Amino acid sequence: MSDRWRVVAFGAVVAVVLAGAGGYVWHERTRQADELRAAPAVPTRDDAAAVRDAPHLVFRSTALGQGYGSVALVSLDAPDGPRAFTPAHCERVYATGTGAVCLSAERGLVTKYRAQLLDQSWAPVRDLPLTGIPSRTRLSRDGAYAATTTFVFGDSYANPGQFSTRTVVTGAGDLETFALTVDGRRVTSPDRNFWGVTFAGGDRFYATAASGGKTWLVEGSLSRKTMTARHADVECPSLSPDGTRVAYKKHGKLPAGQWRLAVLDLRTGAETLLAETRSVDDQAEWLDDRTVLYGLARAGEGTATSDIWRVPADGSGAPAIFVHDAWSPAVVR
Amino acid sequence: MYVTLRDRPGADARTGTVVRRVSSTVVLLGVVSLLTDVSSEMVASVLPLYLTAAVGLSPLAYGFLDGIYQGVSAFVRIAGGYAGDRGGQPKWVAVLGYGASALSRLAMLPATGFAAITAVVTGDRLGKGLRTAPRDALIAEASDPGALGRSFGVHRALDTAGAALGPLVAFALLASVPGSYDSIFVVSFGFALLGLAVLVLFVPNLRPATGAARIGLRRALRAIAGRPLRRPLLAAGMLGLLTVGDGFLYLSLTERDDLAAGWFPLLYVGTNVAYLALAVPLGRLADRVGRARVLVAGHGALLACYLLAALPTGGFGLTLSVLLLLGTFYAATDGVLPALVSRLVPDEARGSGIAAAQTVVALARFASSLLFGLLWSLQGPGASLLLFAGLLVAAVPAAGFLVRGVGHE
Repeated sequence: MSDRWRVVAFGAVVAVVLAGAGGYVWHERTRQADELRAAPAVPTRDDAAAVRDAPHLVFRSTALGQGYGSVALVSLDAPDGPRAFTPAHCERVYATGTGAVCLSAERGLVTKYRAQLLDQSWAPVRDLPLTGIPSRTRLSRDGAYAATTTFVFGDSYANPGQFSTRTVVTGAGDLETFALTVDGRRVTSPDRNFWGVTFAGGDRFYATAASGGKTWLVEGSLSRKTMTARHADVECPSLSPDGTRVAYKKHGKLPAGQWRLAVLDLRTGAETLLAETRSVDDQAEWLDDRTVLYGLARAGEGTATSDIWRVPADGSGAPAIFVHDAWSPAVVR
Repeated sequence: MYVTLRDRPGADARTGTVVRRVSSTVVLLGVVSLLTDVSSEMVASVLPLYLTAAVGLSPLAYGFLDGIYQGVSAFVRIAGGYAGDRGGQPKWVAVLGYGASALSRLAMLPATGFAAITAVVTGDRLGKGLRTAPRDALIAEASDPGALGRSFGVHRALDTAGAALGPLVAFALLASVPGSYDSIFVVSFGFALLGLAVLVLFVPNLRPATGAARIGLRRALRAIAGRPLRRPLLAAGMLGLLTVGDGFLYLSLTERDDLAAGWFPLLYVGTNVAYLALAVPLGRLADRVGRARVLVAGHGALLACYLLAALPTGGFGLTLSVLLLLGTFYAATDGVLPALVSRLVPDEARGSGIAAAQTVVALARFASSLLFGLLWSLQGPGASLLLFAGLLVAAVPAAGFLVRGVGHE
């Protein structure tokens, strides 16, 4: 090939790349704009304060268009009815009667993540330390403790510069500083990871501990800084309102990156797989002592939209959508 | 197409040689790396968010993915270096490597499941491992033996510029089409394709003058294990064992200092800026005073880096100094190592020799990270850094002794 032909050929490649990549991005832009215009407006209501006075669900609204990413409330009497928006924007939210904790991302040249405690009027009270991509968060019912789990950069021992998790409970510290006991033995291996805290009242809590490719349900004490394994293969536990059972993600023999929702009876140790057969990667939430809520991305419509589903906690029945266009449920009674 | 890159004319006049340019092949390979790095860094900068936010991988699954990242590259690197030597087609081995990475961007589009993404990421890593040694062999072949350090410096500077631009491109894209990760993958593929086109169309397939005698496995092994390479490899391996991964250094900065924690994702930019600015000057210095010497002395910057990072209190000035020192360390070592090695092995075993040296360093650093991680969990970052600094104080002169007289032209 002569030099001239090479330059011509290169020019052709440049033209094809510019047209192809530019065209694709342009197409995506117009498609997004069209979708936004075509999106049916979700029914809304303006009386957030009134919704708040009765038992309600706090969640992240993922309805396209106005209010996307905002925290919204619905009454538990009419969960899929009109939603009341709050001024807070969160990637993940958890609320109790006393306040809320909000994990948010400020997208920019460097995406910055923050975790904030919000008061009853959704105004920030204070920032919690956060060093990574927010993943899970829980608030204790009395508001004394807030737990955040984040993916951390550069904290994985075998793979510096990559990921592991860090779970911090305000007022109690990093769970990595807690003593972990599995089968009567202290685990000090540097690959310990913790995530998905659920508070059990007082200074007790449950969480997931992982080491050497295994996961456990651990029960811990915030004041004594200890954790003891109770059951194997439990991730992202969530304690039932009556404190007798834990809903969680069970990996079992599924392919990597897939989980099945299950419930563990803490009194008997009996495990029940729930009727939801799709893979769920969320920390479940209890609607009441009989029903479990969880978020699922809506299949086939890109990745931006999701719904909150409900399924009976005893393994019976079938999953059903609880709130459309929603994510990160928190039940406030 | 004819590209030249001149250094300051005054310097050339002083050395009294004819105007010395960095070979157009080196600049072209630098452009290939720049485009490819824009491509890979724009994906890398959004990958964490994509995997966790859009795909919904959990921490444990992600950890597993990381494990694959590491190991694959080291083995393939040697294979790539040897294949380039053996077949006498270093360019086409490099094309294969760059091509695999380019295709992996496109494969991200349909990849939704965990297994698919794992495969795609592995493909990218394989490509990177495969292309590095034959490409560095091409750089060495195209360069004046007396200016190898400068050539590699120019290449690494262009490479780093691409790494700095990638996240900017990704950010601009996400700002204009929010949440459209597919757009990132498509544009990333476009950049990779441009890089591949420059490589295929303009970079000559240079082979050593003695290329007729194709090297066999046994002779390649003998060249790698041979006397000239033995002491430099030993020194590089020893120093590699005391080289803590950047991840840990950045993390130790964030542990002592809220400022560093808030700007965590930007820390590597500080390192890159220093690397970019110093790659050529330190390469030239290596040509003048000896490559082995600069390579070993670069670990002095690393030592200073450890000491500053181990201080109990932080602050803007200290954090910045650590980053700049780290960049200096990379500028004094990353390009200088292949420049050194390529003159110590026979021309026809150059790719294998470069690959061997880079693998030794990579494996030593991997072991070092495991060790450092363990120490960190036992006694915290400060004491661990001081321990590594203490060992480095002994290792740097020892390495200097090992490589005395090596690599002088």
